[in-house]
Amino acid sequence: MSTQDTYNYKVVRQFAIMTVVWGIVGMLVGVIIAAQLVWPDLNFGPWFTYGRLRPLHTNAVIFAFGGCALFSTSYYVVQRTCHTRLFSDGLAQFTFWGWQLIILLAAITLPLGITSGKEYAELEWPIDILITLVWVSYAIVFFGTIAKRRIQHIYVANWFFAAFILTVAILHLVNSAEIPVSLTKSYSAYAGVQDAMIQWWYGHNAVGFFLTAGFLGIMYYFIPKQAERPVYSYRLSVVHFWALIFTYMWAGPHHLHYTALPDWAQSIGMLFSLILLAPSWGGMINGIMTLSGAWHKLRSDPILKFLITSLSFYGMSTFEGPMMSIKTVNALSHYTDWTIGHVHSGALGWVAMVSIGAMYYLIPRLFGRKEMYSVSLINVHFWVSTIGIVLYIAALWIAGVMQGLMWRAVNADGTLTYSFVEAVKASHPYYEVRLLGGFIFFSGMLIMAYNVIRTVAGQRAVDDARIPAVMLAHA
Amino acid sequence: MDFTLMSSVWTVVSLVIFVSIVLWAWSGKRHDDFEAAARVPLEDDVEPVSQNRRQADH
Repeated sequence: MSTQDTYNYKVVRQFAIMTVVWGIVGMLVGVIIAAQLVWPDLNFGPWFTYGRLRPLHTNAVIFAFGGCALFSTSYYVVQRTCHTRLFSDGLAQFTFWGWQLIILLAAITLPLGITSGKEYAELEWPIDILITLVWVSYAIVFFGTIAKRRIQHIYVANWFFAAFILTVAILHLVNSAEIPVSLTKSYSAYAGVQDAMIQWWYGHNAVGFFLTAGFLGIMYYFIPKQAERPVYSYRLSVVHFWALIFTYMWAGPHHLHYTALPDWAQSIGMLFSLILLAPSWGGMINGIMTLSGAWHKLRSDPILKFLITSLSFYGMSTFEGPMMSIKTVNALSHYTDWTIGHVHSGALGWVAMVSIGAMYYLIPRLFGRKEMYSVSLINVHFWVSTIGIVLYIAALWIAGVMQGLMWRAVNADGTLTYSFVEAVKASHPYYEVRLLGGFIFFSGMLIMAYNVIRTVAGQRAVDDARIPAVMLAHA
Repeated sequence: MDFTLMSSVWTVVSLVIFVSIVLWAWSGKRHDDFEAAARVPLEDDVEPVSQNRRQADH
């Protein structure tokens, strides 16, 4: 049997294991910086201060944890829905080791204070070049696999993965255009409000295409698989895809309300953010309704609980986002912890939960088992995660609205009612609850790690998963 | 052609393309194809239905 008769599970397995590892690391850094906000004495030296660890947290959870989950699932899904092996095993290995090197370099440079200062694009120019090389290789492997597919139709999950790969390439290239002055320092090629607009065109589309389109690809494969039913409406999934593609690009200016950005650009950003509610909810309904007629599975299957609950959080945060993009709401919410709460309802509730669900499906299959070592531990993990998220986002909603109200309160003579530090002091108890919620979610990841170790230990790595044989049409 | 005109034209073209995609997706003719496409992930463990596959060209 030649390797061309089997799927490449090796790279899928490598990325799947690293998803769990980087999930723990990234969320641990999150817990540490949440603790620093509660107890400022925990800021040590210049290296372990909040300002340097915060970008480490965001990079680790988005690009290390989320990135590995996307690499792993997209490589698995594209092979299995195209009935063919990955285009190039060598390039796929390069994407794995290259991506791990990038993560390692981020973990070293960010605490050292080496940063280009752009949110979610902090890594300096040599690392940016490495990211480009890995990403181009990723695109070659993915689109090469699509090109040699043995199934006529390109399944919808692959469309979402394809959009994610293409768009992230463009976003990265445009936003990272910078002028190096030394090996560790560069300056943006843009200036002033143009720089801000390009940054948030990048920033919001990173949310839209890295954290949404890619994970919708996961949703469209793993929910039908785990529910053992086809997606509720395939035509809705087609419209869902194109609606996202045509509207997401324009939403970025809502990050720059009431700034030097021209007013018309702010209004367009708000308008398209509101329009986005329709495709987002269309996709959510499509995913959840896949269970229609089989709701009982939700009671007994904790993997489905993860996947379906992730869609509920997706629905919640894609309702909340458009509301926050309305200028008058944004006047209250912007720069407060409400934004952080909103991001985490999406990041923990949607991105992390759908990834965790997919990993619980994937990992046993990559190691020749029917299911995880302990299904009841998956259930425990589900409830621990849910409680952690609810504590986290509720605390920051309250803190955020309170901060917004205190900052804008004025006395009859026009002076501010509260000094800034009074709002900080009032936030303190909510930071404690946020730390507790974050810690609970993090401990769920430790339960997952234990379950994964017990599942993998002593098992044979599956490298001989056969591709279904090609049959001649006999219609 | 100036930038404003170009972006106006592109906006209209985009809208027309999107509406066409919606009409195409909801046209009755696509029903059977979509039905088969939706089953692609479910059939990757068993021998697939032949008409959904390319001819043996590999």
